[in-house]
Amino acid sequence: MVAVQFNLAEHPFCKGLQSEYLEFIASCASEVSFRADKIIFREGEEADRFYLIQEGRVALEAFQLEGGPVVIQTLGPGDALGWSWLIPPYKWRFDARAIDHTTAISLDGKALRERCNSDPGLGFEMLKRFAVVLEQRLQATRLQLLDVYGRR
Amino acid sequence: MAGSRAGDAAAVVLQPDGLDALIAALGEAGYRVLGPRERDGVVRVDEVASSADLVHGRSARQSPGRYRLEDREAAPAFGLGVGPDSLKRWLQPSPLTLLTASRNGAGIEITPHRDDPPKLAFVGVRPCDLAALGRLRHVLEAPRFADPDFVRRRERTFVVAANCIEPADTCFCASMGTGPKASAGYDIGLTELRSAEGFLAESGTTRGRALLARVPSRPAEDADLAAAEAACAACAKAQTRSLDAEGIRDDLYRALDHPRWEETAARCLTCGNCTMVCPTCFCTTVEDSTDLSGRHAVRVRRADSCFTLEYSHVNGGSVRHSAMSRYRQWLLHKFASWHDQFGESGCVGCGRCIVWCPVGIDVTEEVSAVRGRVPAI
Amino acid sequence: MATALADPMIARPFRVQRMRQETSDTFTVELTPEDGGPPMRFLPGQFNMLYLYGVGEIPISICGDPTAPDSLLHTTRAVGLVTRAMRQMRPGDVLGVRGPYGNGWPLAEAEGKDVVLVAGGIGLAPLRSALYQLLAERNRYRKIVLLYGTRSPEDILYRRDLERWRAHLDLEVYVTVDRASGQWRGNVGVVTTLIPRAPFTATNTVAMVCGPEVMMRFTVMELLGRGVPAGSIHLSLERNMKCAVGVCGHCQCGPIFVCRDGPVFRYTDIEPFFGKREL
Repeated sequence: MVAVQFNLAEHPFCKGLQSEYLEFIASCASEVSFRADKIIFREGEEADRFYLIQEGRVALEAFQLEGGPVVIQTLGPGDALGWSWLIPPYKWRFDARAIDHTTAISLDGKALRERCNSDPGLGFEMLKRFAVVLEQRLQATRLQLLDVYGRR
Repeated sequence: MAGSRAGDAAAVVLQPDGLDALIAALGEAGYRVLGPRERDGVVRVDEVASSADLVHGRSARQSPGRYRLEDREAAPAFGLGVGPDSLKRWLQPSPLTLLTASRNGAGIEITPHRDDPPKLAFVGVRPCDLAALGRLRHVLEAPRFADPDFVRRRERTFVVAANCIEPADTCFCASMGTGPKASAGYDIGLTELRSAEGFLAESGTTRGRALLARVPSRPAEDADLAAAEAACAACAKAQTRSLDAEGIRDDLYRALDHPRWEETAARCLTCGNCTMVCPTCFCTTVEDSTDLSGRHAVRVRRADSCFTLEYSHVNGGSVRHSAMSRYRQWLLHKFASWHDQFGESGCVGCGRCIVWCPVGIDVTEEVSAVRGRVPAI
Repeated sequence: MATALADPMIARPFRVQRMRQETSDTFTVELTPEDGGPPMRFLPGQFNMLYLYGVGEIPISICGDPTAPDSLLHTTRAVGLVTRAMRQMRPGDVLGVRGPYGNGWPLAEAEGKDVVLVAGGIGLAPLRSALYQLLAERNRYRKIVLLYGTRSPEDILYRRDLERWRAHLDLEVYVTVDRASGQWRGNVGVVTTLIPRAPFTATNTVAMVCGPEVMMRFTVMELLGRGVPAGSIHLSLERNMKCAVGVCGHCQCGPIFVCRDGPVFRYTDIEPFFGKREL
């Protein structure tokens, strides 16, 4: 797992994590790749993993009856994909689809969750990082909602 | 500027009928003479044929939101303070045609419009209004762009200033450094000498000196000069309103979120009276229209006020929507931004805005309040 | 450089060469001098006052190529009295042009540095002029990055230009939309989300931003967060304008006159006032 740990340590999400936590996370991690258009997860499924995107782009989508799936947001290298593994009921809220060929570090959310419960120090580090991700995502979403470019 | 500083021209004293002679001489020199006249219970600036047309035996009691003319025995010739009119009514007339346009085939022809304004002589211009003229000149005769219509009118304007020997309650020119004695900007400057029953007359320009030479007078003695000086000094001391002009700009910029703005906004009607009577407010707007045939179009410039919603309108709405923001804009511009833009204060302490505000908002009080200081009364 | 103004209050007649519908509510008008006189020379970032006979005047940024000024181009949304009337114009119609006014983008300051252009919606118009100029002298600058965000794929302006610029090997173009529709396979998200990962060296960059004010506020925050010095960020402001020469008072924002001191401003020069609510 040394190769994964190396990549993991450089990922923006893992910056500053103590080496013992990095080691544990690395033990839950594997490198994955998705071909273009592959569905990574679907709304409603069990959320027991999350992904740190290395290369490529992922579209978060919501399915609507008319017109099919609509892209809500696009994520790219350096972004964390998925936080529903951390928050009950641990089910995905949206579809995620790889737009291009995408590589990511896949992490066992379930194992991480259990360890966070028993080791508050790790739990706090995880929550701190996800709080930042959530805040950025919320901010970006609010700007989208503002519809700043004007009425039709 | 037409005429130059007269330098060491000796002061003279005009006898009581000297004013008539002055008005007549101005008329002979081709000027239409205007001065303070009573109309509709207010002192307005209108054409005068002789000194008999000027206001006599009256005084103007002015206070926040209040203006009353009352009888007064032995009233000074120009002891009425200022009325709602200032020089901008003639130098920046509203409306003013800027251009006409017409269709010719598929094309349009645009013709700039040029007024040929008459020569105007104003008798009894207060030092605060002279200072205001100076402020307007810095705005409208800027190096980058000089409004040709303003320049033309200003060049054809002759100013006979009347220094103040009695302030109104709403005057605060002494604080603003603009009076009660005019230091420059006049062709002729008069100070009434109550004891000598005449006017000390000083020329400020070459043409002022030339005109004064045509009016019967006697040389001024030291006693006359001293009396004039004392009268103006007494006037300054008698002013009841004041502002500490030092550091207003910085204080206001620091107070952008002061709760006082909201309090004042609750009183302010955003009627814009203050901007109409203020002698330095210069904002204008343009309107385009055509006649019914569509063959002739005209563009007209009109006075405008920052208190309207349209003033700050951009796509999506008005930048200054609330009354608070519009009141703050006016006060901030007048006392703070004007310094950044033109290197001086936009306020000359004439007090008109205090008098003509229907709810009597007093800028000296407002400025002091947002600075966290108690106004001196 | 820019043509001297004969009389800055009198418009020059220009003839409509072409009208081009860009999106459902945005169009571009292409003008040439009607008097056969010289074309208007301008700096990227400057604007004109366009006068519609009998209707009124509006300020619009010049969005054409300053190195090829024979075609004078302006892009605008049809949202008001004058712009809606302008949309009805046909080739051969005449309107009046006063200008150019204002200052331009700080291209000289960007020499030897990376250049980041962040455009929101119709804000791409005045930045397009800058991009034409930058590409004409490409080797004076290091990296050039365009980040462009708009409402939806249907609202994308200048598609052909964007595609051409994408084809440049020495220019990075990123386009994003607030909401996707149809078959859009591109980026979805506000333009500010493109900033953290855009390929430029923050400490050696000049950033030029144009778009709705709220978008510019958040863009500035992201640029600062990335380490771009506040003095290297330049914004193009928009306010109500009547005279364009600093005497009507309408375009004031704090102590500045947008028409005369701008419309392009260094962020540090306007920081105390920019983003101050209702100032």
